[in-house]
Amino acid sequence: MKPASFRHLQPASVDEALAMLAEHGADARILAGGQSLVPMMNFRLARPAVLMDINRIADLAYIRDAGSSLGIGAMTRERAIETSALVKSSAPLIHAATENIAHLPIRSRGTIGGSIANADPAAEYPAAALALDATLVAKSVRGERRIAAADFFQGVLTTALEADEMLTEIVVPKAPAGSGAAFVELSRRHGDFAMAGVGCEIVLSGDSVSGIRLAACGVGAGPVRLKAAEAALLGKTLGKATIVAAARAASAEVDPESDVHASADYRRRLAGVMTKRAVEAAAAKIGQPA
Amino acid sequence: MSEKRTITLKVNGKTYAGLAEDRMLLVDFLREELKLTGTHVGCEHGVCGACTVILGGEAARSCLMFAVQADGMEIRTIEGMADGEEMHPLQTLFSEHHALQCGFCTPGMMMTALDLVHSRESLTREEIRIGMSAAICRCTGYEGIVNAVQDYAKMVYGNAAKGSRSDV
Amino acid sequence: MSEKIPGFIGGYVGQSVPRREDKRLLLGRGRFTADVQIPGMVHVAFARSSVPHARIRGVDMSAAKASPGVVYAASGIDLKGRLPDISGMQVATPQAWRDRFDNDILIPDQKLIPDDKMRYVGEPYALVVADSRYTAEDAAELIEPDFEMLPAVPDCQAALDPKAAIIHEEVGRNFAAWLHTSKGEGKAALGSAKHRIKKRFYHHRYAAMPMETRAVVAEYDERSDSITVWSSTQVVHWVRREVANALDLPEERVRVIAPEVGGGFGVKGHAYPEDIVIPWLARELKRPVKWIEDRHEHILNSAHSRDLLLDLEAGFDDTGRISAVSLEFLADSGAYSPVGAGITGNTVVHLLGPYDVANYECECRLVLTNRTPNAPYRGAGRPEAVFAMERMVDLIANHLGMDPADVRFRNMIPPEAMPYEVGLTYRDGIPIVYDSGDYPKALKRAIDELGGLESLRAKQKAARAEGRYVGIGFGCYTEGTGVGPFEGASVKLDATGKVVVATGACPQGQGHETVFAQIAADLWKVPVEDVYVTVADTAGVTMGFGTMASRSTVTASGAIKGASEKVQTKVIAVAAEMLETGEADLELRDSGVGVKGVPDMHVTYKEIARAAKPGWDNKRPAGIEAGMEASDYYEPPTVTWAYAANAAIVEIDPETGKVKIERYVEVHDAGVLVNPRLADGQVKGGLAQGIGGGLLEELAYDGDCQLLTGSLADYLLPTASDIPDLTVLHQETPSPLNALGVKGLGEGGAIAPPVVLANAVCDALREYKLELNSTPVRWADVAAVFEDPFSTAAE
Repeated sequence: MKPASFRHLQPASVDEALAMLAEHGADARILAGGQSLVPMMNFRLARPAVLMDINRIADLAYIRDAGSSLGIGAMTRERAIETSALVKSSAPLIHAATENIAHLPIRSRGTIGGSIANADPAAEYPAAALALDATLVAKSVRGERRIAAADFFQGVLTTALEADEMLTEIVVPKAPAGSGAAFVELSRRHGDFAMAGVGCEIVLSGDSVSGIRLAACGVGAGPVRLKAAEAALLGKTLGKATIVAAARAASAEVDPESDVHASADYRRRLAGVMTKRAVEAAAAKIGQPA
Repeated sequence: MSEKRTITLKVNGKTYAGLAEDRMLLVDFLREELKLTGTHVGCEHGVCGACTVILGGEAARSCLMFAVQADGMEIRTIEGMADGEEMHPLQTLFSEHHALQCGFCTPGMMMTALDLVHSRESLTREEIRIGMSAAICRCTGYEGIVNAVQDYAKMVYGNAAKGSRSDV
Repeated sequence: MSEKIPGFIGGYVGQSVPRREDKRLLLGRGRFTADVQIPGMVHVAFARSSVPHARIRGVDMSAAKASPGVVYAASGIDLKGRLPDISGMQVATPQAWRDRFDNDILIPDQKLIPDDKMRYVGEPYALVVADSRYTAEDAAELIEPDFEMLPAVPDCQAALDPKAAIIHEEVGRNFAAWLHTSKGEGKAALGSAKHRIKKRFYHHRYAAMPMETRAVVAEYDERSDSITVWSSTQVVHWVRREVANALDLPEERVRVIAPEVGGGFGVKGHAYPEDIVIPWLARELKRPVKWIEDRHEHILNSAHSRDLLLDLEAGFDDTGRISAVSLEFLADSGAYSPVGAGITGNTVVHLLGPYDVANYECECRLVLTNRTPNAPYRGAGRPEAVFAMERMVDLIANHLGMDPADVRFRNMIPPEAMPYEVGLTYRDGIPIVYDSGDYPKALKRAIDELGGLESLRAKQKAARAEGRYVGIGFGCYTEGTGVGPFEGASVKLDATGKVVVATGACPQGQGHETVFAQIAADLWKVPVEDVYVTVADTAGVTMGFGTMASRSTVTASGAIKGASEKVQTKVIAVAAEMLETGEADLELRDSGVGVKGVPDMHVTYKEIARAAKPGWDNKRPAGIEAGMEASDYYEPPTVTWAYAANAAIVEIDPETGKVKIERYVEVHDAGVLVNPRLADGQVKGGLAQGIGGGLLEELAYDGDCQLLTGSLADYLLPTASDIPDLTVLHQETPSPLNALGVKGLGEGGAIAPPVVLANAVCDALREYKLELNSTPVRWADVAAVFEDPFSTAAE
């Protein structure tokens, strides 16, 4: 389990990286945190000729307050996001998603940009980005594209990024005042990829749901926006009946595959259960200090 | 393709240099080039935690990094834990709690524990169980490990000087 | 019966002496096989089959040979005739066993690197030696096999279909062994039982999965025409035998060392092809050769275990008393059976466990399929038997509306019946007699530890009233431990007066160096620090067996005692000469020999060793030869019987089916404990593996014999958050079969958890009549009881 040979490139700036990508295109893979890519390389299931290592581009690692949104640099480590007070207060769903990612030594290296660009269907960040309608900033020598999360994720390990493009920033709208957020998942062991996970951001006006964002991981070819579940809650009085209705809607609207860890039926069930729990947990967070 | 370049690392406070192909994993570089064989290889896909080292103050898998990536960085490995023959308190606790049998996972387990304890201000037993689930032990059933880490956490949190990040 | 050694108890034996192994391991100075680095060393990678069953038409090695860094490359076809097969019977069963069992055994031999056929995914067909593992893997990828695909034999039922492809043509059938045995009237007695239940049980395939994979390094020395092999093995002497055979060297010219071994649990308990091929390459190439199995290779190619399909029928009366049991089972051995039929025999004779059952009959087959070969793993055929039997006990209880605990008490062998003749034959060929123990007391203690049966049931009821599903599961077993044929030890009184002990035991974390030092220190009346222990090195003792099957404390201690007594006879004779006293007046004490009752009359071992030297001015009495050393080969009369009772409380999450273990108790009896803390560690470690197997770990195959769980991201080992705090209580009923009174304890913990958890989950859902008769317990199956997750009592 040793990786095949490759050429290691280490650009010091985004511009240098984009020039390299333009040159090598599909032969190159971008090495961010490496926590998904390197295992694939060790199994020789990924064997890029060129590995462009962007770990030394210091100005890709940041969490920036941009007024109504947060800008998170693609190379920001999951661990930095987990411990950021700004993320916890302004993008609590991102914070909650982070807590569910793998284990601390993995979060030391893993990055938000790597997770989103890798687009593993069971990963937490893609679901959180989709729920929040995050904007994904992609750059190439041809210029910059700002891609809506809903357009970005296109299937298993597949995104809207072109071969010469690099994800540089994730723009996350700040959570509205009076909202609550939670990310709930079930995996067979702590830290494993979820059999099903659901991220929720909810806003209540009195007892009534005035804002709801729900997305799931582990139950489709990519992150799944739970639109029917959202519809079952929006404008309704939050209570056991509406939450169960949303959960049932979530189960009905996902289309998971079976694998050795969970059947499609079981994942569908869990999508509902995780939806129920995520909504309850998010609602319970409203008004709590970050 | 197989050209080697010089990699310089500071490991356990000492500067080392060695040659590595681009594709050489950091753990292989530590073990084969620097002859620091205390860090173990258990799975080479980031699951087992046997290769965990402290990289720039944070626990990380050395099987999921290439040596070239670590060029110029500071690393702490199991060989740097004790003060000569004097065991680090966590090592003593591991022995006292029978937290090791075959000892293969033990270096990675202790690196994981150091980071876990020193990156927090408090830890419940349940949080220790979750935090230590980053590394796998096949021998002990974990109870001794959890006990050792819990006692170590008590020691660290009960003593401000010991709780500093410089311990990691 | 042997006599107790005076002063044994109350010395070091029985104390939790700190492990002498710990410091080097904690400091990162333990030297594992992968840590062996020798100048000029080259590295091996194997090309392994990606198909389960195929005829090899040819292997093109040309691109691999031209690959950068390659030193040597060969296919099985290239090596045909140059390397012998590994014998299919690495462990021969004794004639006495074959005489007492109806049997038909044909174990296929295994080619080191096959030249004819591929029989499982992961089997090697070629190898490359190169200047690094990286370049070796580069070249191995370039090897081009030409395979003619054959129909795969995916599982043990398909294997016995008359139309199934034959895996080993020379065997001519897809099973390696058929066994049959009975006691009493056998299954005919079922006819007179008032109630009968017949069920099919499946115990799934999982494996030892030590954190260190296997590894072999070999270095040939031309001057002495000898070879040194470092192997991560549990059996250095077996490896030596096979290497000597393959290289046509005297065993004395093959030294096999198992340095630190990072866990074994059975998977490293026999000689593998790589153990032989690597030394062969080292001699062929005249260079040190290293092969470190990677995790993917380990999961595909190192032995799996379990995988049994059992049909069990029990007859019983209204009170739950079981009168007859019939068992028929198929054990999927995979493509080979490296350790033969013994593991299957274990299942046959452990089924009845702690219960007094008058009539029993068993028929089974060890079946060959295109799965990875199976070998014993911690428990070795017992977890499968215990799963079926202990599920059956719960089904009987349900059938009669009794408490499962009461059905167990109703059938248990009472302590006054000890020693108890079971009426079956162990695989050492000796009729089974349970030597000692109190089975009902163990179960009662386990239940009491959880608060007593009445209180448990009341709490369960109260939880149910709150909409919670709490279940209590039990599991009891007996376990033959300390099996022969023998273990070797050599003991020397060194010139410095230190005691130097070597045994054939090969530890993998058990703490043998500490435990044997305790035993020897008590035998010699020296401080434990003055005992030097060598393990896992064929240079230490001429013949040895190895560490598996819960045997080392029992067998190696017997050999250490035997060898010590031989040396001590001389020591006393020399001391008598020195002290001018009769031997009968002497005793071992204070690191030497003294006259009983006379504190001043004492000579130290150092003085004795000096006096006993050959040559001028020695003090040896006539007839005492020089050399204060002896070897002994302890042949246990038969096995000692350890046993345990388990009880656990689980709670079910009805929405997800998730099983949470609230409490887990095992009351374990392994006789006298030499080092209680290490014994605790063994039992708890075993329990964790059993819990892993019961809930998480699975070697799952698809219908085409492709393994679906080939990484540790899919083969789920339990982590710290999956294993609860475990309660282990020891009962110490001495075994009458050996001087120390010890029984083996390495495996026990791993035996019961799968059935304890299945029983507990079924108990929690008794009202739904859930039957979990296969392992592992899957949350999805549990959740399926509640068809609609949102209409349960949890609302």
